[in-house]
Amino acid sequence: MKTRDLSELAIRNLREAVLRNSLTTLGVAVGVASLVAMLSLGVGLQTLASQRLTRSGLFDAVFVTSQRNFRGPRQSPPPDPAAKKESPLLDEDVRQRFSKLPSVTEVYPQIRFVTDVRYAGKSESTSVLAVPDSSRSSGSFEGISGNFFSSPTADEAILQIEFAKLLSDQPPSLVGKELTLRYAQRAALSKDADDDALLDSLTGSGKPGGISIVPHEKNLRIVGVIESDPSAGIGGFGGARVYVPLKTAEQLHVAQPDDLQSFMSGNSAKPTYMALTVRVRSPKNVPQVETAIKELGFATFSLLDATKNLRLVFTVFDLFLGLFGSLALTVASLGIINTLVMAILERRREIGILKALGATDRDVRSLFFAEAGAMGLFGGFFGVALGWLIGSALTWGTTIYLRRQNLPGVKISYVPWWLALSAIAFAVVVSLLAGLYPASRAARLNPVEALRYE
Amino acid sequence: MPIAPTLIQAETVSREYRLGETVIRAVDAVSLNVEKGEFLALLGSSGSGKSTLLSMMAGLDRPTSGAIRVRDRNLAELEADELARYRRETVGMVFQSFNLLPRMTLEENVELPLRLAEVNRPDRESRVTEALNRVGLAARRKHRPSELSGGEQQRGALARALVNRPAILFADEPTGNLDSVNGEQILLLLREIQGSLGMTIIMVTHERPLAEKFANRIAVLSDGRLVSDGVQR
Repeated sequence: MKTRDLSELAIRNLREAVLRNSLTTLGVAVGVASLVAMLSLGVGLQTLASQRLTRSGLFDAVFVTSQRNFRGPRQSPPPDPAAKKESPLLDEDVRQRFSKLPSVTEVYPQIRFVTDVRYAGKSESTSVLAVPDSSRSSGSFEGISGNFFSSPTADEAILQIEFAKLLSDQPPSLVGKELTLRYAQRAALSKDADDDALLDSLTGSGKPGGISIVPHEKNLRIVGVIESDPSAGIGGFGGARVYVPLKTAEQLHVAQPDDLQSFMSGNSAKPTYMALTVRVRSPKNVPQVETAIKELGFATFSLLDATKNLRLVFTVFDLFLGLFGSLALTVASLGIINTLVMAILERRREIGILKALGATDRDVRSLFFAEAGAMGLFGGFFGVALGWLIGSALTWGTTIYLRRQNLPGVKISYVPWWLALSAIAFAVVVSLLAGLYPASRAARLNPVEALRYE
Repeated sequence: MPIAPTLIQAETVSREYRLGETVIRAVDAVSLNVEKGEFLALLGSSGSGKSTLLSMMAGLDRPTSGAIRVRDRNLAELEADELARYRRETVGMVFQSFNLLPRMTLEENVELPLRLAEVNRPDRESRVTEALNRVGLAARRKHRPSELSGGEQQRGALARALVNRPAILFADEPTGNLDSVNGEQILLLLREIQGSLGMTIIMVTHERPLAEKFANRIAVLSDGRLVSDGVQR
């Protein structure tokens, strides 16, 4: 029989027992829907995680330190002791060189310091972190009450909510108020003959100059309060409670732990950085930039390997979600087998008539196969639509929940085109497999016995 | 008078069924020749083996032993697909219970053998119309079997059997579910078709008067054996 005739007959047969076939198709649709919903959740969460991680700046950043820096007691010595001596310091010139490397979008120092914060007669000690202007669009400060800094040089501060609670019972009410930072400022000593003589006698180096560290105060306007810890995503590994614009922080000339080392190395005139964060265009540029920086004699660190592990975790996660989803489809395929076996019993006489009129075993088998395939195809289409609806409902519900918690909504379910097509194809294949036994049983029927059947 | 060529040759055909330990011989060593253009009635009481013999000659069943030759091809040795092709191209069948598919209209039922034979769509329409005209049911083509009388259903089944222009028409108790008037009309139609198309007709019946009235030849079976075989006037 020609394919078109076969399809017409199959569709006609499906339409005749419309209730039973619709219920079987619905069973397939529910199976496919659960599969699609599960996998769309997996894909959605994976997309969300990789977007968030990319936006967090952890995976598109290289953290650079000078190999001269003090190494902790547990850290191994540098691989090449000679390199340690020659490794240059991280100063402004080096920062400019890094920013000219290909694929580099931003280079900024890690400025973090401990300070006293005074507000309304209260004094609290905490850690301040300088925030680059790129954080405005990176998503690190998503969900902020108030605003991000008005300009890169604004005398403004953003408070982490736990710290804000120490200053006021109503943290959001702090927005617009002023606080005072009291910190240690680093300044170059003026060239005084007496000082030089004193230094010479102390160091025996004969080098001129020196540094002074004096307490200083700065008034900042509070522009926002944030619940999450955005410092985890700025290369600071968390823990900061007050955030200030990077350029504002640089102008404060806050004394850094490596100032003394810098002074002893004879570089007291030029400011040096403990570490620089080099942002690249995309995580795939990280290895190339890292190599270039290492060749300049610096120590580097990136979290690129962590993304590979993350992908592995999500692949396993998807596999399990897919397995659970497939269970529903397996149950649905039992429904197809049941429907088709029942159809054979009911249509025994019809099969006999078809055979008496000259239908081959293959014609009969193909007819039942086509009916199973059609149920799989329709079930697949409805299932994908249903799965998408379930995923959208989950996203909707999650967004409502997150908004109630004052958090931004997220898209946790995502149905890519490959998932939709694969699910439909899978439904058809499973249905055809389910139709295999009933179809071959129908084809084997003896026409004389089938015609005798009432 | 010229001798008509033999179309079907049954040679010591037997058909046995096994029911547990018991072997039932439905047809027992029957030998029978059917000439081209003949109207043969297989007469016998219930269980005489006439329908089983007809099924074997129609290619629906295979003999346990013996041979059935149609145009020098032994049906017992044909592959399943070849046997299906024989049923599709050489044979037309009419049953006692009409066996029209209730879900299809009359014209769809008549079109079914053409679909199976992969006849082109443009040709189908004219052949369906031709077959329905021949049985006088062109006006009822859009009706479902449940909307037709018994006689009309059997005429519809006859149109379906004729649509592929078969060489042999097998009719298994074609009047069994009809009243005497409709039964006679069907047999008249069969004889007319035999005359006009030169078709060979083999009919199973247990009604001797009808067989004597319409068939050219009557073969009588009893307990699976051929007990008499005679040409009518």
